[in-house]
Amino acid sequence: MSLRYHWNVNLLGRIAPRLLRWQTEWRMRAGSGWKSDVLAPPLRISARNKELIARHYLKGRYANLRHKVAWVTSGAPVELLKALDFYVLYPENHGALCGTARVVEEIASEAENAGYSRDICSYARTDIGSLLSNKTPVGKLPRPDLLLACTNICQTVLYWYRVLAHHFDVPLILIDTPFIYTVTAGHAEVADHAVAFVQRQLEEAVPVAERVAGRRLDERKLKEIGQLSKAASQLWMEILERNKHRPAPISVFDQFIQMAPVVEMRGDGATVDFYAAMLQEVDRRIAQGVGVVQDERQRLLWDNLPVWYRLRYLAEFLGQHSVAIVASTYTNAWGELAELIDPERPFASMARTYIYPILNRGAGDKLATMEWMIGEYHLDGVILHSDRSCKPYSIGQMDQRDRLSKRGVPALLLEADHSDPRSFSEEQVANRLATFVEML
Amino acid sequence: MSEIQALGIDVGSTTAKIVGVDAEGDMLWHLLEPTDPRIENQVERFLDRAREATLPLDSVPLVATGYGRKLVRQATRRVTEITCHAQGVYRELQRGGTLVDIGGQDSKTIRIGPDGNVLDFVMNDKCAAGTGRFLENTAGRLGVELDQIGGLALSVAEEASISSTCTVFAETEVISLIAHGVSVAAILRGLHRSLIKRIVAMIRTVGLTPPLMLSGGVVRNPAIRRMLEEETGERVILPRYPQLMGAYGAALFALEIEGEHL
Repeated sequence: MSLRYHWNVNLLGRIAPRLLRWQTEWRMRAGSGWKSDVLAPPLRISARNKELIARHYLKGRYANLRHKVAWVTSGAPVELLKALDFYVLYPENHGALCGTARVVEEIASEAENAGYSRDICSYARTDIGSLLSNKTPVGKLPRPDLLLACTNICQTVLYWYRVLAHHFDVPLILIDTPFIYTVTAGHAEVADHAVAFVQRQLEEAVPVAERVAGRRLDERKLKEIGQLSKAASQLWMEILERNKHRPAPISVFDQFIQMAPVVEMRGDGATVDFYAAMLQEVDRRIAQGVGVVQDERQRLLWDNLPVWYRLRYLAEFLGQHSVAIVASTYTNAWGELAELIDPERPFASMARTYIYPILNRGAGDKLATMEWMIGEYHLDGVILHSDRSCKPYSIGQMDQRDRLSKRGVPALLLEADHSDPRSFSEEQVANRLATFVEML
Repeated sequence: MSEIQALGIDVGSTTAKIVGVDAEGDMLWHLLEPTDPRIENQVERFLDRAREATLPLDSVPLVATGYGRKLVRQATRRVTEITCHAQGVYRELQRGGTLVDIGGQDSKTIRIGPDGNVLDFVMNDKCAAGTGRFLENTAGRLGVELDQIGGLALSVAEEASISSTCTVFAETEVISLIAHGVSVAAILRGLHRSLIKRIVAMIRTVGLTPPLMLSGGVVRNPAIRRMLEEETGERVILPRYPQLMGAYGAALFALEIEGEHL
């Protein structure tokens, strides 16, 4: 084993993030963080989140010394690769991080200058810009040995990952998940042949991944990882469901930040521990009657991706108007499928689980999901983020908005982008939000 | 004249308006000017004129609306123009319905409920093509005064079809039409049609609950009302002072504020 890896990842890599966590916890006690006169103090778990993420990216810096590395899409069947001991990186998470760090404009410009259109998803532009320029706020990204893309979130990944495959000259595994059009009684229906089609692709991916990994897939390990994935997803779902409580103990902005482990470290034991601790903190808040918005009067649903570079602004603005965003179809996506995961039948259940993500379901089903959540979480309205970068999520929002509104549910369409601030018009968003809030 | 009990200021992108109301909420006094980039100075002038027009303004609350509302530091409260327009029009016309407000730089449709509350709204704040700016720019190309374009558009049956969706490109298209000998009146008619079609699309989004009402500076143009009636098949009603509805609504909100003063 490389000494450099051991020193940096196992020694420094444990100490430095832990110090960061303690420092964050100390600062939180001293009262720093988001505005406290309208919002509850920041979640203590966020310090632990910082530690996990810091450790993940620190490990990434040196990962090539010890692991085979895979870059994957957010909806990819990552459990397969984790069982083969790959270090897994999610360019989309890196993109979100760049969004919150407000460096997307600079990094994406590198891709745009190389000829990539600004109409392409800002995550893709950030990723390609980063690999062209080596610019990243996390120090250094590990080079992939394998790429795994699944079409259950969009078609852009098909082209994006082909660019990566060409650039890095590494194998690309593509999992094609057929789109679910059929909705029966508000429930998306998947045909058996579609599940069989995906399962076959997963099985055929195994020898490719094994060859790159230089080892055979251990079924027992795969089941273990499956169990950990399921456990983390279930805990995440429980945390989200705690928001049915009035007042809601956490906001969707908290969820956007704390979702990172279940997205990019799903299958790790530490992730399960993390959410178990978070659930405890959420329950403590409920027991103490603490609402994330201290004077909660209106509860809203957020549809589509976050606006990563304006989370604080949105949380504070809405908080000042006693509005709490308590549920989101986006964060719900990493919990709603937990029940489909069957660790004892990994390939069959992965096939089913990875066909069902919300972005692989039609606009009618998305609307049904929203309406269900409005009932379950006692919501007063919906904010539909019309994300310029995410066409599959944004398509249909105008119709969804109209139907919601005509059924008496106030719904606002807010045009922005999840990580590119150039598509965010400060004045217009502020005006629309203010008007919507007055309307509620 | 009875005393002004409350004031509303609407600082729009094109014009700034102030309205004073009495204790019953009837409009007593108003002013309208092109918006001065130095909004604070303009507001001070408005308030000075208000002081001249009536007894001292000691206990008069002020609500500000419009894009420039954050700059009105004398305001007791700030309310968005959608809410204010709805309030003003509802008070004036005594009913709910669908309100279309076409301003200099934006346009909005608002569905107002039977008790005057805003049920839904759609804002066009991204594209000049559905706003007064569209007619201002393109009519400018034709050398016709803004207050003449409506009458001229209605004076002919012939209508040029404008295909450009963008204000800037529509200007270019107008030049090309002139070069091909199409009459100014027919071009104007086509330009109005473009604008109205965009407005109708917004109305459909928010849902047409009769009656259809209009506000904003652009509705002084007679062609706007006529063509909107044609396109929707609905009767269109106008308040007496279409441009003052935002400031009037703001003044009505100010009237609700107790005990705060300038």
